[in-house]
Amino acid sequence: MDFGFTEEQELLRAEVRKFLDASCPLSEVRRIAEAGDGLPAELWKQVAELGWLGLTLPEAHGGAGLGWVDLVVLLEEIGRSLFPAPLLSTTLAGAAIAAAGSPAQQAALLPRLADGSATGTLALLEGDDRLGPEGVALAGRAEDEAVVLDGEKLFVHDAGAATLFVVPFRSAGELALAVVERDADGVVAEDVPGIDLTRPTGRLRLDGVRVASDAVLAAPEGAEAALERILDLAACGVAAEMVGAAEAALQLTVGYAKDRVQFGEPIGRFQGVKHPLAEMYVDVESVKSLVYYAAWALDERQPDASLAASRAKAYATEAFARIGLDVVQLHGGIGYTWEYDAQLFLKRAKWARPAYGDAPFHYERVAAHGGL
Amino acid sequence: MDFGFGPEEERFREEVRGFLAETLPADGKRDMAFLQEWNRKVREKRWVGFSWPEEVGGGGGSIAQQVILKEEMARAKAPPLGSCFMGLAWVGPAIIEYGTEEQKQRFIPDILDGTYQWCTGYSEPDAGSDLATLKCKGVLEGDEYVVNGQKIWTSIAMWSKWMILLVRTDFEVENKHDGITCLLVEMESPGITVRPIKNMSGGAMFAEVFFDDVRVPVGNRLGAEGEGWKVTVSALAHERSGIAEVTGLQRRLEGIRELARECARGGRPASEDPAIRQRIARADARIEAMRLNGMRFLTRQLRGEKLGSETSINKLHRAQLEVELGELALEIQGSRGPLAAGSDLVPAAGDWQRFALSWPEVVIGGGTPNIQKNIIAERILGLPKD
Repeated sequence: MDFGFTEEQELLRAEVRKFLDASCPLSEVRRIAEAGDGLPAELWKQVAELGWLGLTLPEAHGGAGLGWVDLVVLLEEIGRSLFPAPLLSTTLAGAAIAAAGSPAQQAALLPRLADGSATGTLALLEGDDRLGPEGVALAGRAEDEAVVLDGEKLFVHDAGAATLFVVPFRSAGELALAVVERDADGVVAEDVPGIDLTRPTGRLRLDGVRVASDAVLAAPEGAEAALERILDLAACGVAAEMVGAAEAALQLTVGYAKDRVQFGEPIGRFQGVKHPLAEMYVDVESVKSLVYYAAWALDERQPDASLAASRAKAYATEAFARIGLDVVQLHGGIGYTWEYDAQLFLKRAKWARPAYGDAPFHYERVAAHGGL
Repeated sequence: MDFGFGPEEERFREEVRGFLAETLPADGKRDMAFLQEWNRKVREKRWVGFSWPEEVGGGGGSIAQQVILKEEMARAKAPPLGSCFMGLAWVGPAIIEYGTEEQKQRFIPDILDGTYQWCTGYSEPDAGSDLATLKCKGVLEGDEYVVNGQKIWTSIAMWSKWMILLVRTDFEVENKHDGITCLLVEMESPGITVRPIKNMSGGAMFAEVFFDDVRVPVGNRLGAEGEGWKVTVSALAHERSGIAEVTGLQRRLEGIRELARECARGGRPASEDPAIRQRIARADARIEAMRLNGMRFLTRQLRGEKLGSETSINKLHRAQLEVELGELALEIQGSRGPLAAGSDLVPAAGDWQRFALSWPEVVIGGGTPNIQKNIIAERILGLPKD
């Protein structure tokens, strides 16, 4: 029994933080996000070379073969720095292909994600905004050696930058997962305006897109089980990012509370300020515990892995939403300005709230797991 | 990160499971005779005070074994290990850390056996959250301290044989944390008057305790004179380690799930009401967070680090959960919620109503939530003291 990180994992954290502090401080995050030019190519190349994009992919396919506990370390730092590139989306697309793809499909697709030549994302949701197998209506019809997809996926993270989409669809009523390439005929993917400029989200239109049969993921355990697994991994992954961002927001505000003087005292001396900060700390540490355990349970395929992921994402969502609001409010006027960084965290919390299931969605799953 | 256990630890788990299967009555009936038998058997197995060193009569259990024992006890809904609540929670640990050989031999076996109860004389009318301003006076005369003053909010004082008491032995100190001394006092000593205080649930769990020239032998001083604050802080830190409370909360939540299935409101079971389902799930996630926080603290101890103020995290969770679970239980009952014991309309003979009115015992005792927030903000986040 050991609920802590290994030396290697602590080393990974230190290296990731060092790189991000040097190469992608919040000033650079703002520059990239406000320019809105899509993928920051140079930064993407660097993180691919550092091995971050294939961290959990099999070594045979260009990855590092590590687990989600290791990934959580990376994602916490990615969240802390508000890293403005589709690392989480690409990781999740890779995890989906690794979970549902045949060996041949993995060999064809995963190396491209690991080396950064492709960027991936999950295209799960449709017009009724319902996460999970029941929310998939997009129709595919068999034609020769291919499936033809017609329809639209919405709320697709990094739609504008992604070159490879994992797309659940229905073929004769049966759920299946296709890999759609951006450059295929009939594919239109674009971002739509969003609150959080560091996290573009958009839509994927598929107009008679032909997907070769061998690009439909084999899903040996069944497509539904694969999709459930992908959702659990996604919930855990995004919660890890959230806890990193929430902790950074807390640290920013603690620093301000020590420096800012009013009524002749640093405002951090007043309980009206220190108590909300203490509550944030309690939530950050508690979400960390839930996320770490969920990652371990997912790695080890524990029977409570899905429950653990839902607990983590639900609590993370509630906590980060409140932390986003509180850090702005505790800063006073300066927190409301574009120039100051507090707003970046508030906006990230808005982005993260529905990502891979909001709090009511995941609490409902927790309730059902508990026999209600 | 590894939540698995080694073969030796799994063997211990098998031992615990075997014992529980053999010992707990199959029909679920747990009368007084069973509880007495239970207390004797778990004492024999050295599972009472399982974390305490073997040389004082504890079990010397490793941290992993402690986790396993708690997990299995919770799974089997077993009764508590030992009956001397405060003795096991903090008086015993303080005596083990600061007591003389003679004190250890005199008190520890009785705490483990549950021979009698201990109470805790800390709070005073003018010294609550700001405990270090306490004024109850101890004056050394020969080989006795003469104690005069008053304590208040002293839980189970009327049923206790001994008290762990803080007195001020030096009023001329610059730092209020100095000059405090810890004494172990027999409640039957001449000059002690206990006056129970009726609480809002109608019962009387706590009391005022008056000291009028009470003589305490110097051999009953715990730690050095003037070092009482250190002894107390260490004892309260034992109280805050947190993981033990998780079992109780898990059980309480299981009861609430059952209650929600049984209680109908608005034409359907409360368990089908989305708002109720969400609140139950919220509580579930927080109890699990407490459990895992506790595991992280234990891991730090296993790695040889000393635990500090971070244990206030679980203290705060527990406070919020105790209140929330009581509120939830009454809301689930709809119009039956405000009824009380004695009515045939109230579920579970009014147990949930009693529970919903008794949270201050744990929420306020041992440091209020606001004090816990001060501790986190000042000692962990480094904000200036107020």
